[in-house]
Amino acid sequence: MEKKNTAVVTVVGKDTRGIIARVSAALSAHDANILDISQTVLSGMFNMIMIVDISLSRFAQLEEELSAVGQELGIQIRIQRSEIFDAMHRI
Amino acid sequence: MINTSEILQTVRMITEEKLDIRTITMGISLYECAHPDAKALYQRVYDRITKQAEHLVRTGEELEREFGIPIVNKRISVTPASLVAAACGDPVVVARAMDAAAKETGVNYIGGYTALVQKGMTASDRALIASLPEALSTTERVCSSVNVASTRAGIDMDAVRLCGQAIKDIAEATRDQDAAGCMKLVVFANAVEDNPFMAGAFHGPGEGDCCINVGISGPGVVKRALEREAQGQPFDVVAETIKKTAFKITRVGQLIAREASQRLGVPFGIVDLSLAPTPAMGDSVAHILEEMGLEMCGCHGTTAALALLNDAVKKGGVMASSHVGGLSGAFIPVSEDIGMINAAAKGALSLEKLEAMTCVCSVGLDMIAVPGDTPASTIAAIIADEAAIGMVNSKTTAVRIIPAPGKTVGDEVEFGGLFGRAPIMRVSPYSAEAFIARGGRIPAPLQSLKN
Repeated sequence: MEKKNTAVVTVVGKDTRGIIARVSAALSAHDANILDISQTVLSGMFNMIMIVDISLSRFAQLEEELSAVGQELGIQIRIQRSEIFDAMHRI
Repeated sequence: MINTSEILQTVRMITEEKLDIRTITMGISLYECAHPDAKALYQRVYDRITKQAEHLVRTGEELEREFGIPIVNKRISVTPASLVAAACGDPVVVARAMDAAAKETGVNYIGGYTALVQKGMTASDRALIASLPEALSTTERVCSSVNVASTRAGIDMDAVRLCGQAIKDIAEATRDQDAAGCMKLVVFANAVEDNPFMAGAFHGPGEGDCCINVGISGPGVVKRALEREAQGQPFDVVAETIKKTAFKITRVGQLIAREASQRLGVPFGIVDLSLAPTPAMGDSVAHILEEMGLEMCGCHGTTAALALLNDAVKKGGVMASSHVGGLSGAFIPVSEDIGMINAAAKGALSLEKLEAMTCVCSVGLDMIAVPGDTPASTIAAIIADEAAIGMVNSKTTAVRIIPAPGKTVGDEVEFGGLFGRAPIMRVSPYSAEAFIARGGRIPAPLQSLKN
């Protein structure tokens, strides 16, 4: 498997104003570039998956900021290197 | 590109179904540390381990953060101490150095206070076995193992007798902690050299300088997959579902192993495909067996269910990793599995049934608490029975047994954390004293003659 520099951001929680704005701002502040977004709101629950390029980002700082945003908005935000998804679902 | 449902499945496995990496274990050879002088031996062992494993814990934490998967334990295994201490003659020196190095590097356990005596004992092996009560009661993180039998060599019944006595003495030496020292000693048959799991991990004599071995986990993921995809279905579907799940779990283990080995600059050893339970709800091997239709783990049918589970985990996992090794099978530690604890407490799971179960899965009688007045000869006889199963079936078996001082059937021992709690199980009241007193070797079985 080649080394990739992408990560998957998953956001789950009660819908509220400004989630995408806040998450995107945090990503941008840490030089992460959004490659793909899919987002739905199902019976008041906000679900979003983003694929981001993190070649220029420092992972630890980005992760800290995202979880801080998550805590502030009362939602769960996770960022994981995308290799773990490839490993599990692709041969 | 990975799709949404796949991403959510992975996240769910980690957040709800307790998928984790159970351990990253760095195996370190200590051959170069041997020295006749105790002080020099101590220093060499300490320096070697702390230098080699300096970044182990930090790297493990980095991987946890970046891949978003918990890595529960970071551990070290070393060359069997009886070999390293042979020139010096005092193995406890090595135990002390191991303990200090474990604390310095931040690992929670270090394995390898070990003697391999399946064919016979050197003076150093004897010294190590005799030192077990002192070594395990005066150190905190050192884990020990003794290999008393193999398919090739038979069973060393002298060593079995000594181990039975050592376990009693360790229990006495750690009496004030409910014999917790006994949790740190595994008596093996056919021990493997690259096992990453404690307490039985050691860096075998045939291993290289240093390597990274990874132990996976995930009973909760398997159980939930069976609930979702195999309810009421025939066993063919059950086996397929377990295989697919084991594949996914193992791929994560392989990824973490490869990343860890790259970042630490140490060769990748193996991924161990064991399903390791914890006492947490939703992380139980017993519950997988019950999901297959057994009212309670330990009832008739349990051995067949476990055989299927063990085989399917291996078949699913083997293609997911470039090197599979270690113990690779389902673990059935009584105190560390909430389903096993309940079954044992209700009397559904007996020592005899557990013994039968060990014929079809990895390891053996693990984390079993028995009455404190169990004679050493009875414990030795339990070890001999397990060793015989391992020897004849060419598989690893082990005994990790805790004769809890002052306790008897109906009581419980609380170990805390990942070690859980164990109801005291009944042992046969009839004596094996004369059997154990014979000593000598039980000859290797016919199946050892494979050449």
